[in-house]
Amino acid sequence: MSSVKYLILRRVVQLSILFLYFGANYYGWKMLSGDLSSSSILGTVPLSDPYAVLQMFVAGAVISSNLLLGAVIILLFYGIFGGRAFCSWVCPVNIITDAANWTRRKFGFDMVAKKQPSSRKLRYWVLLISLVISYFLGIGAFEFISPISMVHRGLIFGMGFGWATMAILYLFDLFVLKNGWCGHICPLGGFYSIIGKFRLLKIKHDSVACTGCMNCKVVCPEVQVLHMIDKVSIPVTSGECTNCGRCIDVCEDNALGFFLKVKNGDNKGEINNEKNE
Amino acid sequence: MNHKQKKVKSYRQPLNESRRAFLGTTRNVGLAILGGLTWSAYIDEAKANRLLLRPPGALKEDDFLKTCIKCGLCVDACRNRNGNIIYDDKGKRVGTKDPTLRLAAPGDNKPLGTPYFIARENPCFMCDDIPCVPVCPSGALDLVSLTNKKSKKLDINKAKMGLAVVHKESCIAYWGLQCDACYRACPLLGKALTIDMQMNKRTGKHAFLLPVVHSDICTGCGLCEKACVVEKAAIFVLPREIAMGRVGTHYVKGWSQKDQQRVGEAKEIHTVTKRSQKKAIDKLNNLGDLLDE
Repeated sequence: MSSVKYLILRRVVQLSILFLYFGANYYGWKMLSGDLSSSSILGTVPLSDPYAVLQMFVAGAVISSNLLLGAVIILLFYGIFGGRAFCSWVCPVNIITDAANWTRRKFGFDMVAKKQPSSRKLRYWVLLISLVISYFLGIGAFEFISPISMVHRGLIFGMGFGWATMAILYLFDLFVLKNGWCGHICPLGGFYSIIGKFRLLKIKHDSVACTGCMNCKVVCPEVQVLHMIDKVSIPVTSGECTNCGRCIDVCEDNALGFFLKVKNGDNKGEINNEKNE
Repeated sequence: MNHKQKKVKSYRQPLNESRRAFLGTTRNVGLAILGGLTWSAYIDEAKANRLLLRPPGALKEDDFLKTCIKCGLCVDACRNRNGNIIYDDKGKRVGTKDPTLRLAAPGDNKPLGTPYFIARENPCFMCDDIPCVPVCPSGALDLVSLTNKKSKKLDINKAKMGLAVVHKESCIAYWGLQCDACYRACPLLGKALTIDMQMNKRTGKHAFLLPVVHSDICTGCGLCEKACVVEKAAIFVLPREIAMGRVGTHYVKGWSQKDQQRVGEAKEIHTVTKRSQKKAIDKLNNLGDLLDE
């Protein structure tokens, strides 16, 4: 049965995190202060964006132990557990690009411009170039232009012309390139794709139950990761999967679901066990 | 005709594998260079903004830009500092005043996401506990630079956020009017900002009470700029790099024993140019120029 369970859950998580940051500034809360670049839980546990810290390191900054610890915590969390879950469960830009995708589907823009003239490998190039520029200009290159930062900082500390950034992201994804920002360009997404390759939380697929309706491929923002649909019962292994769970939502045949790969075992067995229950 | 047709045809022939791979790689590299140069050009322009005031303890601008992770914890701390929170009659928190520090948003035309303040609108109040600095996770705001070496206590008076500069022509004290608004507003009055008394020759019987800033003590908090009574502040804070000159090593204070020591350490630099190869007296002996014509 099609549902919006994970969609709603994701929006709740995204907005709650933003609201905690906002409250830390405007109401003086201590639970989660700072922003997505670096923050502090209850004023003690540091969290830092490992990609930002990497750029700073390449730029030649002295990395404080606080930042390093924060980056390691985040790195471990997404590297071991969530993979690109940051993109779909935390990042506020996801709301904008999802909206653009929704508009595409709703009004049929997908039918007008079917061809996607760009490679999804682009983000790894952007990632590489950001490090090269960071090195030569001695400054975190992506942090300086990041629309993610503009949007979330804007929501927490004051927007300025940040609304224009939001509009640009929306229009770009709507009219220029499908999944343009999150699925092609964003080097932070590329970064988490790389470190999330060996994550534990994955999507599993049961090709026996699958009827091949392809609903999942319609909504998936990283459709290339779903190559096994209706073919083989293997989990989604690509690091580019954002673990958004939208495919699970729209699957009417119970052929998709989250699973936690705790033991290094046979992935197929995992699915069979579930079917027997 | 026949020849032309052949030529057109040859363009349409499918590329062989290695040529396709070569062209593909060339295109990717070219696009990477295109993107990289555009990106670099923007950043180089954007980070060249040197006219903004940073929070206390900020590293030198270049180091600050590479070290600040743009988390806004200093802004959080500044907004929620003691004395900035508004309480109602029952002691319940109802809001805050605007913080001094803000993060550069798109449209501010400042390096994005970095903290700064505009002294005329909201100066730094130089809190004793300096809430904005200890929360900095990256060290872009350096706590050590604000710590008293002997007592190990925080000392906001060590901050060097900028330097107040007086524009004489728009300062009404220089007109001869009595105004000491900046002097009274200075948290280090009598030290960072003093009043210099001079005779007003125009009237012959009044005094000029002129504000004088001392750069070794001024923290650049901007309270003077905020207090200045004229339409556009006649005393204003600039980043120290911009407000201060530099003598260089060529001049020595002959009356200062300490400065004299520099002469002892000085080494002779002997430069040889075409002109210095000749002795000065040669010029007198050379009548060639004079005898011309």
